[in-house]
Amino acid sequence: MPVGSYRRPRDDVHPPRDFAGYRSTALRHPRQPLVLIPQTLSELTGPVFGHDSVRAGDEDLTAHGPGAPIGERIIVEGRVIDEDGRPVRDSLVEVWQANAAGRYAHRADRHDAPLDPNFAGAGRALTDAEGRYRFLSIKPGAYPWLNHSNAWRPAHIHFSLWGPSFITRLVTQMYFPGDPLLALDPIYNSVPDPRGRERLLAKFDLSLTKPEYALGYHFDIVLRGRHATPMEAQRG
Amino acid sequence: MAELTPFQTVGPFFEICFGEPQCARVAADGTSGRRVTIVGTVFDGAGKPVPDAVVESWQANAAGRYAHPDDARELPLDKAFAGYGRAPTDDRGQFSIATVVPGRVPGPDDTVQAPHLLLGVLARGILTRLVTRLYFDDEPSTAQDPILALVPANRRHTLIARREDNDVYRLDVRLQGDDETVFFDV
Repeated sequence: MPVGSYRRPRDDVHPPRDFAGYRSTALRHPRQPLVLIPQTLSELTGPVFGHDSVRAGDEDLTAHGPGAPIGERIIVEGRVIDEDGRPVRDSLVEVWQANAAGRYAHRADRHDAPLDPNFAGAGRALTDAEGRYRFLSIKPGAYPWLNHSNAWRPAHIHFSLWGPSFITRLVTQMYFPGDPLLALDPIYNSVPDPRGRERLLAKFDLSLTKPEYALGYHFDIVLRGRHATPMEAQRG
Repeated sequence: MAELTPFQTVGPFFEICFGEPQCARVAADGTSGRRVTIVGTVFDGAGKPVPDAVVESWQANAAGRYAHPDDARELPLDKAFAGYGRAPTDDRGQFSIATVVPGRVPGPDDTVQAPHLLLGVLARGILTRLVTRLYFDDEPSTAQDPILALVPANRRHTLIARREDNDVYRLDVRLQGDDETVFFDV
């Protein structure tokens, strides 16, 4: 096992590649088993995004238009750590989301809900030395999709992270606590372990709330951790 | 121990994050090495092109050095080359990556790997990212690559880009079905 290699996730952590409730997986999942390979220098390295990849203000999704977007202002803050609890520092976090009406500023979104000229719906931030990130945004709306009859996605914010290597990459979605659509959503419910699904829920956090301005939600993200080095193993 | 955050699909609208120069054009002006364009089409299990996929790539520079702190070998870094690309598919399911041919890098147990790119495939309908590799058909070391050797011989061709033109290589990605692309558990 090469020094610095990463632990492999348990089988019930990530969604299965074929999930009957989510129709689009049917023709988009490999039927052949994945081929197990060792982690080489190629897998153990990955893109590095410096401070030049994030501009000041990129983390404020409410400030990307000529005026203020419609919707409930929210602060989303959390830490990116690895499985051992170590902070993932100076790491790029990208988010994208629908506007308050449930419409994405994307040519392929045909939902009959208004676009908001003051909301583009994408942001980026670098984590600090403690792995902390923070976005200011508006709460996204639920929206219909064609997966099944009367299907609605619960409100969610997409997250994209790289972490320190190609194989720590994570793309996920953050949901809001208490959303009645969660129980009906095949994408959320594709995560096999109920505790895993809980980890996709942000927590309402009054202490993150900015009085008379914005509500606050807390969302921590855990990326793959490395195997213990021989020295750490000796220390127990 | 902290428990991993599960994957969720990237959905159809990831592209709103784009607009950065590294998208699809990995090699900026002034990059050293042999410039090539990698093209391909992503197909689903019905043989239909996938118009809303994103193919992300990661590779060493022409000297075989990764622009990453964990690659501490004494090989030149290239300021014009970060090694990362993010290529969305178009309405016909086609992606294109303008880059340079990477150098060789170490493999397991003192082996040396043939020039290759790592590819990550994200799309609506893909709940957890799919990881594959791209090799070059006119590169003699491809036949001796230690990772390719772990792939059943009758499936290796799904990872080997064919030279179509002087500077154009093609590798289609088949998510399912006949000639299904080999995806890796890393």
